[in-house]
Amino acid sequence: MEFVYFLIETAIKVIVVFAVVMLAVAYMTWVERKVLGHIQVRYGPNRVGPYGLLQPIADGIKAFFKEEVIPEKADKVVYVMAPAIPLVASLSIFSVIPFGETVRILGREVKLCIADVDIGLLFVFAMASLGEYGIVLGGWSSYNKYGLMGALRAAAQMVSYEIALGITVLGILMLSGTLNLSEIVRQQIEGHWFVLYQPFAFILFLICMFAEINRTPFDMPEAESELACGYNIEYSSMKFAMFFMAEYAHLLAASSLVTVLFLGGWDGPWLPPGLSWVWFVVKVGLLAFFAVWVRGTYPRLRYDQIMKLGWKILIPLALANVLFTGLFMVV
Amino acid sequence: MILQWIVFILSALFAIFSALMMITRKNPIHSALFLIGNFLSVAVLYILLGRQFIAIAQVMIYAGAIMMLIIFTIMLISVEELKKVSLLKFGAGSVIGLVMTVLLFGFLASSVAVRTLPGLKGGFPLERIQELGPFKVIGGLLMTKYLLPFELASVVLLIGIIGAVILAKKER
Repeated sequence: MEFVYFLIETAIKVIVVFAVVMLAVAYMTWVERKVLGHIQVRYGPNRVGPYGLLQPIADGIKAFFKEEVIPEKADKVVYVMAPAIPLVASLSIFSVIPFGETVRILGREVKLCIADVDIGLLFVFAMASLGEYGIVLGGWSSYNKYGLMGALRAAAQMVSYEIALGITVLGILMLSGTLNLSEIVRQQIEGHWFVLYQPFAFILFLICMFAEINRTPFDMPEAESELACGYNIEYSSMKFAMFFMAEYAHLLAASSLVTVLFLGGWDGPWLPPGLSWVWFVVKVGLLAFFAVWVRGTYPRLRYDQIMKLGWKILIPLALANVLFTGLFMVV
Repeated sequence: MILQWIVFILSALFAIFSALMMITRKNPIHSALFLIGNFLSVAVLYILLGRQFIAIAQVMIYAGAIMMLIIFTIMLISVEELKKVSLLKFGAGSVIGLVMTVLLFGFLASSVAVRTLPGLKGGFPLERIQELGPFKVIGGLLMTKYLLPFELASVVLLIGIIGAVILAKKER
């Protein structure tokens, strides 16, 4: 009987998290265009609904009904499969993210986390690295030289920044001594937020995060001015939209991870434990806004500069961070 | 439990299927994709055996990192040749690197030689492993009892990387 309750509970949690994340992804596109618009002294979308609020829905309907074009020389199976990979990967990251204090619903202790596993952090990194295949294969399979160039750039960039990202997180792991994300949050609630102990790692992590999810100033794989959009150049209709949904879902997943690792997860004053997830949502929202802000502020880096920054600056700095964390812990 | 049997049979069948497909495809990228599928289904088998760490390491290192490099190489071979880059330059970077290496190595050596090693002591029967969780046990053992082989293995890997760079440079 306990097993049946567990299945029902998990199914409900999966549905709720999936629905909230997809809605947030849809409205991230609206936020991005609105905020970018205001940064560039424009209005942004303002035709569909009040303040253009129905724009994402209109976009979705449009993407669904557009004609599907598959290039004749494309590798058909891989071409169709590619957009689904990053979306599935970035959505499954949310399965280990804890977003609130344990609550009691109908006399049952319900953890506000789909799967509270010991390998949480490793799972996030594994899923993030699997998601890269979608971009690489999408660019390769569409039989287009711009697509292939974008895919190669994406592969090289994400592999190199993943190293720096992993080493940066080591500082947190040394402090907390656990890979369980809920446990990391709990330690921050009892002590201080890890951003106070690891401010350097926090900044490094944010930089690597932008590179990992291919956002400006590191959006070389889809540089419009030289690659005509890069890996998704041959994609149309819903497949094109799926690449974008994956990008925003990955952005939200990365923001959630930063919140959990550095900003104390659901920790915050005033709210009762049952509403602690509100703080989590607020922090993720602020980080997502920060990502849009950065996009509106910085120009794109040149490709060789991106690789140089990753290998020659960020990785040594991340190693130095590990070294000094270790020294402080020993002394 | 019946559920575990179903998952086991499905993932084992998929592992065999993808292994067969991998060795029969003509397109190297398709072979690589089936190899990824094989790694993922083997990871599922590891989870069924209750070995979370080895499963996630399989996904992260083999399916994620190594296969990405293989696909990258396959795509690169048919596309473009890398520009010649001189890899051996001495400057401020090598000095900083040397200092960091000496610091890190001294840190490691002193913690091995002077201090008694922190971490877990004693034997590891199954009950203790389950109580501590697999990561603490694996990490603790690697950093105490098996520290020398662990470090030697990393040095061997480093030699392998340097050897690969030298070989690749000689061909041009």
